[in-house]
Amino acid sequence: MRIGVVTFPGTLDDRDAARAVKYAGAEAISLWHGDADLKGVDAVILPGGFSYGDYLRCGAISRFAPVMTEIIAQANKGMPLLGICNGFQVLCEAHLLPGALTRNHELHFLCRDQTLKIENTTSAWTSNFKMAQEIVIPLKNGEGSFQCDDETLKSLEGNNQIIARYVGENPNGSRNLIAGITNEHGNVVGLMPHPEHAIDSLTGPSTDGLPFFTSVLAALVGK
Amino acid sequence: MGKIVVDVMLKPEILDPQGKAVAAALPRLGFSFATDVRQGKRFEITVDGDVTAAQIAEVEKAAEVLLANPVIETFTVRAE
Repeated sequence: MRIGVVTFPGTLDDRDAARAVKYAGAEAISLWHGDADLKGVDAVILPGGFSYGDYLRCGAISRFAPVMTEIIAQANKGMPLLGICNGFQVLCEAHLLPGALTRNHELHFLCRDQTLKIENTTSAWTSNFKMAQEIVIPLKNGEGSFQCDDETLKSLEGNNQIIARYVGENPNGSRNLIAGITNEHGNVVGLMPHPEHAIDSLTGPSTDGLPFFTSVLAALVGK
Repeated sequence: MGKIVVDVMLKPEILDPQGKAVAAALPRLGFSFATDVRQGKRFEITVDGDVTAAQIAEVEKAAEVLLANPVIETFTVRAE
C-alpha cells in the first residue's frame, strides 16, 4: 500500500505523518504541492502546518495548488483522503468537506493533549476504532473552531458524519464539540487534532493515533 | 488607475472572536459607544484606466472563489 503525504510550502507535520504511515505498515510517498502527479498512491494525507503562511484564510491558497486538482478528482472517485489540522482546513476550503475552521473562540493558540470520543467507525480512516472509544492525542492550532450553518450541522449529525468530538470543555468553540468529520461516502476525513503525533509512546502522549493509519489499510485491502 | 474595493465580512451567525476582543478592549480605553464589533477584511485592487463593469464582474467571480469563503463570509465589490 502506498500512501501519499503532501508537502506545501509551510507544512510542518509531513514527516510525522509519513512516519505514522510506516508504523501502520504502508509505504509513505512524498507528494509536492507544485506537482500534479499523485505517483499512483492509494490514499493521500494532507498534514498539518501553516501552508502558504495561512495567508488570506487557512488553506485558501493551498486549495488551488496543482497537486490539489488531482487529489480532488480522485477523492470524488472514492480515494481515501485524510486532512489533519491545516489539512482539514484545506479540505473545507476545497469543499470536499462542509463547513469551515475559524479562529479559536478564546483567540489563543492551543497546544495540549486532548481527549476525544470516536463516534464513527465506518469511515475509511476510523474503522479500527471501537464506537465511543476515548483517545488522547495532541491538539495544536489557532484556527480550529468548526463552524457551519444549522442545516449543515443537522445533516452532519443525522448522517453520522461526525467522527470525533472533544471530551470535556470545548477547547476552541467548535459547534457541537466537533473535532473531526467525514464526507457522505466516508472516504474523506478531516480532523483538527493530530493522530500522527500519537503513534509511539516515546514521542507522544499515547499510541491512540495509530488506528487512523491502520484503518485506511483495512479499507484499501477490503476494496 | 482605477481601484476596486472588496469588503469581506463574516456572516452574522458566525462567531467573530476577534471582533469580540476588540469590543471588550474599547471600554477599557474609555470608549463606551460600542454595543458590538465585527471585524472584516478589505482588499484594494488596482487596475489600469477607469474601472469597467466587466472588471467588477471578474472581481466578483474572484471574490466568490478566492477572496471570500462563501461558507462563512459575505462580500461586496465596488469601484472607488
